[in-house]
Order: sequence, then structure tokens, then C-alpha cells
Amino acid sequence: MAETTSAVPIAVASPRRGFLSGKARQEQIVRIIATTLCIMGVLIILFPLGWMISTSLKTKAEVAKFPPVWIPAQLQWKNYQDALTGQNRFDVYFKNTMIFAGGAMIGELLSCSLVAYGFARLRAPGKNTVFLLVLATMMLPAWVTLIPQYIAFARFGWLDTFYPLIVPKFFGSAYLIFMLRQFYKSLPKDYEEAALIDGAGYPRIWSQIILPLSLPALGAVSIMSFMYHYTTFFEPLLYLTSEKHYPISLGLQQFRAPFGGTSFHLLMAASVTTIVPPVILFFIAQRYFIQGIVVSGVKG
Amino acid sequence: MAVSATHAPGRPRRRSALFGLIPAGNIERREALWFWIFISPWVIGFLVFTLYPIVMTAYYSMTKYDFRNDPIWLGLGNYANLFDDRVFWKSLQVTGYYTLLSVPVGIIFGMLLAVLLNQKVPWLGMFRTLFYLPALLSGSVAVALLFSWLLNPQFGIINSIISSLVGDRGFIPLGLSGPRWLQDPNWVVPSYTLMSLWGFGGSMLIFLSALQGVPTSLYEAAEIDGAGRIQQFFNVTIPMISPVILFTTITGVIGAMQVFTAAYVISGATNLGAPAYASMFYNLYLFLNAFRRYRMGVASAQAWILMIIILILTLLMFWASRRYVYYEADEEGMI
Repeated sequence: MAETTSAVPIAVASPRRGFLSGKARQEQIVRIIATTLCIMGVLIILFPLGWMISTSLKTKAEVAKFPPVWIPAQLQWKNYQDALTGQNRFDVYFKNTMIFAGGAMIGELLSCSLVAYGFARLRAPGKNTVFLLVLATMMLPAWVTLIPQYIAFARFGWLDTFYPLIVPKFFGSAYLIFMLRQFYKSLPKDYEEAALIDGAGYPRIWSQIILPLSLPALGAVSIMSFMYHYTTFFEPLLYLTSEKHYPISLGLQQFRAPFGGTSFHLLMAASVTTIVPPVILFFIAQRYFIQGIVVSGVKG
Repeated sequence: MAVSATHAPGRPRRRSALFGLIPAGNIERREALWFWIFISPWVIGFLVFTLYPIVMTAYYSMTKYDFRNDPIWLGLGNYANLFDDRVFWKSLQVTGYYTLLSVPVGIIFGMLLAVLLNQKVPWLGMFRTLFYLPALLSGSVAVALLFSWLLNPQFGIINSIISSLVGDRGFIPLGLSGPRWLQDPNWVVPSYTLMSLWGFGGSMLIFLSALQGVPTSLYEAAEIDGAGRIQQFFNVTIPMISPVILFTTITGVIGAMQVFTAAYVISGATNLGAPAYASMFYNLYLFLNAFRRYRMGVASAQAWILMIIILILTLLMFWASRRYVYYEADEEGMI
């Protein structure tokens, strides 16, 4: 950024006013450059999505055309119908995803809000050590617990059911516990202290004071949890073996024909469909998303 | 902020029972009891779904176990075999290369973009939302499929752009053409890096909020001392956001070591690790041993090795950063 040098002579030439106007001008130049770069960045970052949508509306011949066309001669909305129905039962995949992502979300919401309250507010000897342990589990690679879990779930007869994807979520997730705890700690303590003096027990304080006050944070947690389970791939891959139980992620992956025979226009149509719900959710609730990421990131 | 000392100063401290875990005093004891009740879901989950499986994984790693028959004790045989296994070393190499490439690139881009957005640009909210959008989808099957299409050597848009810029009949006719990306062993890891870079909005957001937390008085003081913008960046901004850089690096490394979905989807379920093992990421090979070959013992050994590698790397990063990371004197420390 070369403009740093230009400020110096102006400052020397006219001590007070010149310095200020020079600085203001410099800031304006910086802002214009930054804005231009941001616009370029947005174009670059959105370009894959644009190309995805464009491909999804082409004919098979147009997909292979060189030089590529951005806007197909005729928008092939039929691609969506072809991609989502027939052999690919996306209605079923979608329903399955909703069942297990919804179940997992409820489990995480319930357990994490309880656990986070304990860590944020109640005092007990050894609390910090236990909390360090919670943080440490975030570091663990998933695989180090996965094989015995798989074997245990197989013994329970839970393979090819949604239970392995839902039940463990009722026991908390370190990341979401951490997020909620950060939020609870920022709440004022006055209500709770008053409630304690009035003889309310901790469960009542949790359900009648903490939960109502933390609806935004719970919103952020639900969305993050739901999004995670909506896109998750590898647990369903292990546990769900029959197609009638497939979630969207497995259904989509199945699309890819081996050895280059993939019909990219149909594949992109299916992909676009799977990303539409999260994108809509994101635009509706972006405040919660961004808050969630910021809260969990900064204080780490 | 927090008033942690509730004991009246004059009150004599009685001894507490069970190694200090049960406090003296009825009120304190009741609170501690409720603490354990509230966190009991996590405690149970930790014992059942984390601690027990880790121990069992360690046991399986010392056995020959195919999931159908009972495990047969092997001692350290699986580990010894892995160290002789060329694919295992290849998977470590691929994963290490990917981590070294994608983590710094992601952090640098995330930070640069955050600095840009912090220049009082107009429409900040819109930019923030749009830059974050891809991060929302990253790691999903749809994104893996999208990139395998974008980077398709024949029909992909990226190579089309490259050849229309510098190809035979291009804008500048240099006769160059794009690489074969995901089909060329040398370009596989850079291709995955490109894909991960697309999702850098997450680190951008974290950096942005860290930048907004740096007190302006520091910049004013630096300016009075005659520091230019670049000097301010290196001497004020970087030290002030260093905890966030450390956090992003650590989580980035842990994430990069565990790439699975994209590699599985792109190399195709039938052809894991293609081409020429260049996309044989660590977890992909682990999956292959566990759920394709039913070599649960070997896979368990791989899982333990990965855990130890991540543990060592994390400790190393903390240790290496302790001189460079600046922690404000927080009221209650980090916890």
C-alpha cells in the first residue's frame, strides 16, 4: 500500500489541517481499493455456484460444448425432474435426512443446553479440569472412537437404522457445549440470584430464566447442528446400508457413475436442489450463524 | 467480572471430603451436586462414546480382528506391518502435504479478506454473508461433486477459462492448457486445496470479529509513534489477534488431517485413492482397511497413530506459539 508514504510530506508541509485532509484522502483511497477487491472476490467466490446452476439447466450436448456457454439456449427445467425422481428417490432421501438431522439436532440442543448451564454457572470443585476435558475431546479424531462404536451398534442390531446417528447426540457435543457456555456466561446474573433467594431450584432457573434468555444462542446452536447433520456423509455411509434409509448426502454420491459416464447436468441439478434448503435457511437466519461462529471462534 | 469467592473471609474453611471433590458446607455441596447432575449427559456420553471406545480401539489395534470372528492377540504386529506398508506412508504423505498447503493458504486468505472488510467498506453485511456462503456448504457431497465438475480436464469451466486466456487460440496465444487437476497425481493435492480454499469464509468471519475487537487506541498510539499501515499491521494487529491465529491454525490442522468425504466422493467409491494413490488421504485408507477389507485391527492402529500425531502437533503448536501469542490478562483466564 503505497499511500502510506504520501502522507508524510503533506504532514510536514502543513502541520495540522493538511495532515488531516491527507489522512482522510488516504483512507478514502484505501476504502475504494478494498471495496473493489471485495467485489472481485465476491464474483470469484460465487462463480462456482453460478456455473453449477448454469450446468443444471443445460442439455447434455451443451454441457460438453466448447467454448462453454453460460446461458443455455433453452432452460432445461426438466433436468430437475429427471434428476430427482425415477431411479433416484430424492423425496425419500429428503425425508430420511429430516428425520435423523432433526432427531440429532433435538438431542444436541437438549443435552448441550443442560451441560453448558452447569459449566457456565454452577460452582463445583474440579469443574475446570472437567471443562478442559470437554475441550480436549474436540481434538480427538472421529475414527479413534468409531470402530468400537460401530461394533457395539452392530451388536445392538442398530445397523441400517437411524439410532446410531441420533442416540449419541443426546449426550452432548463439545463444540456446541462450548458455544452455549460462552453465551450463558455473558448473561447477567441478577435474575438467577434473585430466583435463588426466592428459593427456586437450579432446574427451574435453567428452564425459566436461562432458556428464555438464550433463545438467540439456542437458535444459533440449532442451525449449526442441523446444518452439520444435513451435510454429514461418513456416519450415514457406515451405518445406513439400504437405499430406503439413505439421506441426501448418500443419494447424491450414488449419482456419480464410475469411469467418467457421469451426466453432469443431472448431477448439478440434484446438487443445486440439495443446497437450496441450507442456503435459504442461511439467508433467513444469517445473524445466528455469524454470531455462532464468532462466539465459538474468538474466545477459543 | 465473576465473583468467585463467596466464602465470607472470616469463615474458617472446613476440610472437604473425597480429594476435595465434595465441598464443605451445605449450600456449596448442593450446588456441586447439581453441577454434576447438569453435566451428567456429557459425562455419560464421554464414558460410553469416547473413553470406552478409545480404550477398545487401543485393544483392537493389538489384535487381528475381522468383525466376524473374535479378536486374536497380535501385540504390536499391526503397527509393525503399517510401518512396512507403502500405502500407509503414502497416505501420511498426502495428508501431510495437504495440511501444509491448505492450512496456511486458508489462514492467509481469511486474514487478508478480513483486513479488507475491516477498512470500513460499504455493504459490509452483504459482503460478509456472501463470502461466508460457500463455507456453509463446504465438506458436503454437493461441493465435492461441484469441484469435480469445475476441475474436469475436458469440459470443466476452469480449464476452459485457462485455454481461452493462454491456449492455442486464446487471448495471449501461448499454447498452454490447464492441468488435469484431479486426474493428475501431481495436481490432486493442489486441487483439494483449491476446494478447501473456497470455504475460507469461516476463518474470515473469525478474523473479522477479532480485528474489530482490537482497541483503536492502540492504532492511534502507533500512529503517533509514526508507524505506517503496514507496520501497524505487523506490530499491532498481528500480536493482538495472535490467539485467534493460533486457534484457527490448530482447528485447521485437525480438520485437514481428517479429510474424508471429498476424497471418497471424488475418487469414486470403487476406486478409492485414485489416481495412483494421490488422493489416498489418511482417513480414506483407514476406512478402506476397516470397512472394505474388514481389517479392524489395522484400522484401529491407524486411528491411534492419527490421534497421537494430532496430539503431538497440537502440543507443538501451543509450545511453539507461547512466545508469540499475546493473551490479555483475562478475568478468568481462558476458561
